[in-house]
Amino acid sequence: MASANVEVPFEHFESLEQQHDAARMGIWLFLVTETLLFGAIFTAFGLYHHLYPGAFSPASRGLAWELEAANTVVLLTSGLTMALTDHYAFELRRRKVIVTLALTILLGLTFLVLKGVEYRGDYLAGSVPFLAGGWHYTGQDPSHAALFFNFYFLLTGLHASHMVIGIVLLTILLGRAFLWWSPFGVRRMIVGVGIFWAFIDVAWLFIYSSLYLIDRSGGT
Amino acid sequence: MSNATATDLGSAERVYSADNYLHAGYGLRSWLLTMDHKRVAWLYLVSLTVLFAVGAISAALIRFDLLSPSGLLDASAYNRAFTVHGIVMVFFFLVPSIPTTFGNFLLPLMIGARDVAFPRINLFSWYLYSIGGIFVLAALLSGGVDTGWTFYTPYSSVYSNSAVVFAVLAVFTVGFSSILTGLNFMVTVHKLRAPGLTWFRLPLFVWAIYGTSFVQVLGTPVLGLAMLLLFLDRFLGLAVFNPELGGDPVLFQHLFWFYSHPAVYIMILPSMGVMSMVIPAYAHNRIFGYKFIAMSTLAIAFIGFLVWGHHLFVTSQSVYAGIAFSLLSFLVSVPSAVKVFNWTATLYKGQVTYEAPMLYAFTFIGLFLIGGLTGLFLATLSADIQLHATYFVIAHFHYIMVGGAVSGFLAAAHFWWPKMTGRMYPEIWARFAAVLLFVGFNITFFPQFMLGLAGMPRRYATYPVEFQPLNILSSAGAVVLGVGYLLPLAYLVWSLRYGPKAPENPWAAKGFEWQTSSPPPLHNFYRRPVLEADVHG
Repeated sequence: MASANVEVPFEHFESLEQQHDAARMGIWLFLVTETLLFGAIFTAFGLYHHLYPGAFSPASRGLAWELEAANTVVLLTSGLTMALTDHYAFELRRRKVIVTLALTILLGLTFLVLKGVEYRGDYLAGSVPFLAGGWHYTGQDPSHAALFFNFYFLLTGLHASHMVIGIVLLTILLGRAFLWWSPFGVRRMIVGVGIFWAFIDVAWLFIYSSLYLIDRSGGT
Repeated sequence: MSNATATDLGSAERVYSADNYLHAGYGLRSWLLTMDHKRVAWLYLVSLTVLFAVGAISAALIRFDLLSPSGLLDASAYNRAFTVHGIVMVFFFLVPSIPTTFGNFLLPLMIGARDVAFPRINLFSWYLYSIGGIFVLAALLSGGVDTGWTFYTPYSSVYSNSAVVFAVLAVFTVGFSSILTGLNFMVTVHKLRAPGLTWFRLPLFVWAIYGTSFVQVLGTPVLGLAMLLLFLDRFLGLAVFNPELGGDPVLFQHLFWFYSHPAVYIMILPSMGVMSMVIPAYAHNRIFGYKFIAMSTLAIAFIGFLVWGHHLFVTSQSVYAGIAFSLLSFLVSVPSAVKVFNWTATLYKGQVTYEAPMLYAFTFIGLFLIGGLTGLFLATLSADIQLHATYFVIAHFHYIMVGGAVSGFLAAAHFWWPKMTGRMYPEIWARFAAVLLFVGFNITFFPQFMLGLAGMPRRYATYPVEFQPLNILSSAGAVVLGVGYLLPLAYLVWSLRYGPKAPENPWAAKGFEWQTSSPPPLHNFYRRPVLEADVHG
């Protein structure tokens, strides 16, 4: 069994360096697939934005961009705490890791709560086309605006589900950091989850700009 | 287990038969919870065979229906038969076939590694594949699907009242299995090669698996999203592909073919890799133009991403896009031809022997050639208007998918059977089956070229009476073809128990996998494999 003080590679690797390289390449390749997943939705969204500007632009201007600006700050701050977690994990400083992990989880949850507030507002405003009683939109070209809101929920919903997965992983990490049975195992997992979390941040920046901000300059 | 195995590879004496991966555990748990790439390969081989049987039975139903111009099956039953045939054969057999079985088994052996980079994810991929398979069976049991394997909207998203949801879940799930396998293999090739095994010393099969993985990783997420959107369209009325509410059904076709055309190369590239191993082994000659074959693999993988629009020539796609897609489709035939020329040149001045894998290899070359050349007809804008959605298309892609991909699969199965099982297959029976496959295949599918040229459209349960003779010929060929599939199943299973014990390297072939015992030990090698001076000899 592995001693607590020295990290040893898994059986099928020649060296630690090889194992870490493989893990890092694996997580980056995974993010490539994620990029293509989101990329395909952005493609479809871009197409419809181009086809129905008269419906999409006013609908976009009606979104709660101020609330989501605050949410962007929350999410980027969680990116900072996650980076700090990675830093402290590298030095195997258990207490600091626990604190920064907890902060990251807290910020992530804050993001989701604010997102829930936004969704509630959308429902009250009648902008949820696919829910019974959720659709009594009064803006321009409501039938095509419904398509906009479908994409809005699709993109933010897919992003939020990534957040949930991320938070679950972070919570598992927090438990493992508390127990500290396998410090090197915690450190390996933090590297992977950290890169994934950074991807969620970056994806959000694209979603925020293309859903909330892109049509603001043309508005009144 | 200790780390000792990592460093003491050279000290252990080479022990045969008793000490191999098949004897590392016997219970069901030792298989279902295994992290050994060699055992995962077997898990896949068994489940692939089961699903291949499902696909083959539905093909038999199709050929049965078409014996009579009025159709022997109910039209909606016929629709369900060809849909299940397509979904199962494409997503559950052809796409995973060679990579998950022979790729899994051989990739670590060929690069001198003890396993793939992520053994646990490798096993997880198999579970995803199996869950996908269960969804397919659920779709069958809840009445079947009638959309065709291409799931075109808005029929699939709004109108069809068959079990589309289960089928979509099946494709979605098996897609993740495919992504994870591709990811695992890419990292394995990059990071786990033995010291000194540089890129241009890799066996060409490894190159093929690498190119395939590249396509799997980049293409499959887009298919996954298309399936997700289709699912939401159906469940929540999202209307992304519903023209009544402003959606664009052709967008679905773009997203679908962005994956599903490159998927053709996922199916054929591994078979091409098998050819590049089998042909030099039985030509007893050095592979001709190693670097060209390796690079053409990457070229096919790359250009394959730029041709999907040729499936949309008769949609609203612009003519200019059509011209570009047509030219790019012609372009992809260049690296394919490079491979065929190189294999043929490998035969020149070789000592060619005709063991079963070589017969399958010849089958591959001949049938792939016909499939590839008829592909050029279909890539031609004007010809495609006439041939689109006729039996010409069906014949064309079966020449590639069955004549190419399945022949490659069977070539690999025979070539590496001694290594995987430690037993030899019966050579006479194997040669007989290979010839039967070639004959049966041509009787089945060549008439379909003629039917297509004469204008018989695909996916109809009935047809005008003048097409009957060729359809009966085609159905008769399918019986021969079916025997050609059943025979290997029978004698390969037989050989597991009664076949003579295999030596380390029965074909005197090159490569690391032939430097270890048959079957290999749990950790693949007793001593570090030796890099030969002439690696590709």
